[in-house]
Amino acid sequence: MGLIEDIKKNKASYLMIAPYMLLFTIFTLIPVISSIFLSFTNYNMLQPPKWVGWANYIRLFLADKIFIKVLRNTFIFAFLTGPLSYFMSFILAWFISEFNPKIRAILTLIFYSPSLAGNVFFIWAFIFSGDAYGLINGWLMRLGILKEPINWLQDPNYVLWVIIIVQLWLSLGAGFLAFVAGFQNLDKELFEAGAIDGIKNRFQELFYITIPQMAPQLMFGAVMQIGASFGVSTVVIALGGLPTRQYSADTVVTYLIDYGTVRFEMGYASAIAVVLFIAMLLTNKVIAAILKRYSTE
Amino acid sequence: MAKLNAASHKKVNRSVYGNAVIFVILFIFGMFTALPLWYTVVSAFKPFDEIFIFPPRLYVRRPTLDNFVLMFQLATNMWVPFSRYLFNSLFICVVGTVGHILIASLAAYPLAKHSFAAKKAINEIIVLALLFTPQVTYIPLYIVMSRLHLIDTYWALILPAWQMTLGLYLMKQFMTQIPDSLLEAGKIDGANELLIWWKIVMPNVKPAWLTLTILLFQQLWNQTGGSFIFSENLKVLPTLLQQIAAGGIARAGVGAAVALFLMIPPIILFIISQSSVMETMVSAGIKG
Repeated sequence: MGLIEDIKKNKASYLMIAPYMLLFTIFTLIPVISSIFLSFTNYNMLQPPKWVGWANYIRLFLADKIFIKVLRNTFIFAFLTGPLSYFMSFILAWFISEFNPKIRAILTLIFYSPSLAGNVFFIWAFIFSGDAYGLINGWLMRLGILKEPINWLQDPNYVLWVIIIVQLWLSLGAGFLAFVAGFQNLDKELFEAGAIDGIKNRFQELFYITIPQMAPQLMFGAVMQIGASFGVSTVVIALGGLPTRQYSADTVVTYLIDYGTVRFEMGYASAIAVVLFIAMLLTNKVIAAILKRYSTE
Repeated sequence: MAKLNAASHKKVNRSVYGNAVIFVILFIFGMFTALPLWYTVVSAFKPFDEIFIFPPRLYVRRPTLDNFVLMFQLATNMWVPFSRYLFNSLFICVVGTVGHILIASLAAYPLAKHSFAAKKAINEIIVLALLFTPQVTYIPLYIVMSRLHLIDTYWALILPAWQMTLGLYLMKQFMTQIPDSLLEAGKIDGANELLIWWKIVMPNVKPAWLTLTILLFQQLWNQTGGSFIFSENLKVLPTLLQQIAAGGIARAGVGAAVALFLMIPPIILFIISQSSVMETMVSAGIKG
């Protein structure tokens, strides 16, 4: 028994990890595993779960038109705001890196402050308020572009776009900080060597010298970004409601909360969660494969 | 330890047009991030009649503290006094942050510096867990919490924070930079692993603690408690913000006052610890 011997030999290491792993098991691993199990059952929290096989998944993909709609919304968030905010983080971090440390610190604070301020995104509800006192409506009417105020947060044509804007505003998180830090820690000699070798402008410098060196930070940023963009929900519920009008901006997570906390169909909600896990894992694999190609190692 | 070198290569190959474009882009994005926060600040100081001026203004003509006074009055007229919400938020932030730093760094040390059979598997699980947003396991988590009788206690918010993966991950990454010779010196002096962790490792990872403090404080300070907390006297400040914001445009001024009150602590904490955060983030990378 290799593992038991190993535990005996490295007792101190295992004991030090134990408290964390115990909590991690209770609050992350068990929920993930029971989610997978429950997704094959019917469960209403009152009676014991009843095994139903693939029924939840079949219903999800073949019979539930709304799920297809929220899946589409989630992919719009994940594949529009995800890459957009990833590139935004990278480009802004790149630009910032050229300033002196004081100005850099101030600019970092400005770009990171929406993440820090957290719940303040509710101010967007006033900016996009449906009457003429909303900032956007007020100004568009003043400029003569609109005659009547638009009900941004209730109109199915607009609410998804409003939430995309707010999500972008909120999205410069830990990944952005890792990029800013990464740019400060590049090997200077490579840039000098590059200049001698005929690098002409900052774009060539970026592609041939910077990006390969920053592959680990780029991977970290991608992982954080995937979690954030597939998990969009708080902003949707706060601005659009639960559910939004005609499910126009609902995501897989809000749909899951809807089924889990309003309708108490836990089995079905768990199947929704499992589909989301798989989407996250696949995206992660694809991004890891792409970044590996650019890595220096 | 990683030193942040100011980029001295910046004078090479730089065109004036390029610089101009960069300034314009930074200005636009700066406006995009800063204006809503500025609007919050301005609205918090607007007297009642200025909130209803058409078109809405981005400045305030006669600043007033009325909204803050009203905030305290509104909060006093609710079930529980404002100070109670403040206490709840502070208690959860402090216990959550301190507990996480201790538990996560205790686990991070062997993961960074020892070699044992389960290490690789645990490291991989942790990187994988970084991907998951907590909302996804919301339902089974609720079931687990209710089985453990944690619903409607502070612990429902504190214990999940103690096992936040990002914190453990950053701590572990940072600890790999500690020179092995330092740890060996401790061993020669006869210290056990726990003592080495406390006396040698912990003082050397101060930037990482400050970073975890920022990340966790920000997360705990902003969370609302969702469906884990029912009792009004256990609820936290963001819940108060939600209740006030639900009052709509008429309460916009007070809502902004609460929001301003809420956003100041994490921003100040970040300003204090920014250089430590950057030093930690240098080592955040994941090798693909």
